[in-house]
Amino acid sequence: MTEHKIPHTTPRQSATFTQDVNSDIRRAAATGIYDIRGGGAKRRVPNFDDLLFLGASISRYPLEGYREKCETSVTIGGLHAENPIELDIPITIAGMSFGALSGPAKEALGRGASAAGTSTTTGDGGMTPEERGHSTKLVYQYLPSRYGMNPDDLRKADAIEIVVGQGAKPGGGGMLLGQKISDRVAEMRNLPKGIDQRSACRHPDWTGPDDLEIKILELREITGWKVPIYVKVAGARPYYDTTLAIKAGADAVVLDGMQGGTAATQDVFIEHVGQPTLAIIRPAVQALQDLGMHRKVQLILSGGIRSGADVAKAMALGADAVSIGTAAMIAIGDNDPKWEAEYQKLGTTAGAYDDWHEGLDPAGITTQDPELAARFDPVEGGRRLRNYLKVMTLEAQTIARACGKNHLHNLEPEDLVALTMEAAAMAQVPLSGTDWWPGKPGTGF
Amino acid sequence: MQTFDLAEQGLRALNETLQGQTQNTNETAWEVVNAKGSHAIAVGLDAPIEVTVRGSTGYYCGGMNKQATITVDGSAGPGTGENMMSGKIVIEGDASQYLGATAHGGLIVVRGNAASRCGISMKGVDIVVEGNIGHMSGFMAQSGNVVVCGDAGDALGDSCYEARFFVRGSVKSLGADCEKKEMRPEHIEFLKEILTEAGVDAKPEEFTRYGSARNLYNFDVDNAGDY
Repeated sequence: MTEHKIPHTTPRQSATFTQDVNSDIRRAAATGIYDIRGGGAKRRVPNFDDLLFLGASISRYPLEGYREKCETSVTIGGLHAENPIELDIPITIAGMSFGALSGPAKEALGRGASAAGTSTTTGDGGMTPEERGHSTKLVYQYLPSRYGMNPDDLRKADAIEIVVGQGAKPGGGGMLLGQKISDRVAEMRNLPKGIDQRSACRHPDWTGPDDLEIKILELREITGWKVPIYVKVAGARPYYDTTLAIKAGADAVVLDGMQGGTAATQDVFIEHVGQPTLAIIRPAVQALQDLGMHRKVQLILSGGIRSGADVAKAMALGADAVSIGTAAMIAIGDNDPKWEAEYQKLGTTAGAYDDWHEGLDPAGITTQDPELAARFDPVEGGRRLRNYLKVMTLEAQTIARACGKNHLHNLEPEDLVALTMEAAAMAQVPLSGTDWWPGKPGTGF
Repeated sequence: MQTFDLAEQGLRALNETLQGQTQNTNETAWEVVNAKGSHAIAVGLDAPIEVTVRGSTGYYCGGMNKQATITVDGSAGPGTGENMMSGKIVIEGDASQYLGATAHGGLIVVRGNAASRCGISMKGVDIVVEGNIGHMSGFMAQSGNVVVCGDAGDALGDSCYEARFFVRGSVKSLGADCEKKEMRPEHIEFLKEILTEAGVDAKPEEFTRYGSARNLYNFDVDNAGDY
């Protein structure tokens, strides 16, 4: 007799319970605590890759590359401040704290930004002398925790950035775990060494837009109305947040989408709260236009900016400048495959390493361990960042010239089309091959 | 005594003038009239001068003060003495919420009561309140001392770090990780000194000390319900 085998189906993985999801469940079950990590949203969200530039044609003529000028400078904070910030390029370095990053890493950011003619930003933990010394233009973050906050450093700043929210965690505070609290970090933050340092989620002495207006008044009075005051908000309710920041008297609004990184917070927060960077620009620009403040109050966009194309697209949609954090870290050496063997020992791989809060960074960037930090060369890091910023600028100029623009600010939504319906709706530019986007006025959708 | 009319000369001129006083100024006594609840009065000072504000003040009077002695001859609005580094602020009336928020040093004295979140996130300042303090006072307070001659409201010292709270009257409730502590001789000694400096007539022995139980210093899932 012939034996009949019952055929099996091929093993099928669930689209709901993926291996990633299952590993999350197993980790939660084993530890009883949520996953904390650094970085921004890793999930795919509609982004700048979903947009394309049209370039020149019969109706638009291009500018000659390397021959005809395409300006890149931007002035931030001219509305109320006596000394606005003049940047050579519209790409700034976002706030990252000494504490989250090593002293040499902060120095590298200052060196690179200064060499490229742009600004860098302090973070939750105060201003270090190295950072001030190596940054020709330094923005001082005014955060809910007020760690290291003092009037002397405030007056050394070239601009003040009142941080209301962060794209990775709108409505969330921070946590610097005990492993990273060295003597110096502890001293700057007035806390005992080795304990977990919580950063408050809202400011201790004001709530709401009316208070913010008074807070801005106080900071201006303390600094003699000399330096610009930015307000940084997460991409939660960009139309209203931008409107309220302007109403409160901000010189610039920093708007951070969910791909923007954090030093450490809950993974669930990073992946499930906030909006994609692409989705938040147009409402913010609309708010500026409705108030007659577009180009008067500057809009600085951040959250997943990686290339000159991203810079050009952000500016075409109405931003005055962009800010980079994660990309700057990668430029100076974060997650470099040359440390792969050590990433493997930590149970991860180059590109995926995000346990920055543990302070074990093989690249010596997100650590306070003196031996690991010593691996990092701030001069070389600064050179790499400068190169990267130069390349981004050249890329953005290449695109702008192709669109016939003699300044990056002259890029406009009409230069863009979208590859997907989602991106068309968010950016309010036509779906490629059509003259329509979802929500276009007068189209009935 | 230099008299400055705020209504006449404006806030910018006031702060510019006071901030312009140097270490060796011989114009050490200043009086501000027509305060009328204005915000940001006498902020960012950095000289050993004495400023008396006639009337009540709005938000952030004495914000980020260094060295100066500021007296509010009335009541003070929210965030008075916020992020103060050194010097002294005396409020003859009551103080609104967030008194001395994140302040690093110096002394703040309130002859009346202080509202909610007194000493929030304080980082080294000493605060003496002759009356009562409101709810959530000392929230996330890092270091320094709050001395209360009256009562404390709900959730005193919630999530505090190394700050100390001395309360003579009752405490409506303690916040997360805040507990009653033993009064040792050094605490009595400290109270003697600070009460004298604040010009307050109270017996140190009548106070009870509160501070962090330090159970929430490093995250432990078994404490999750306390956060």
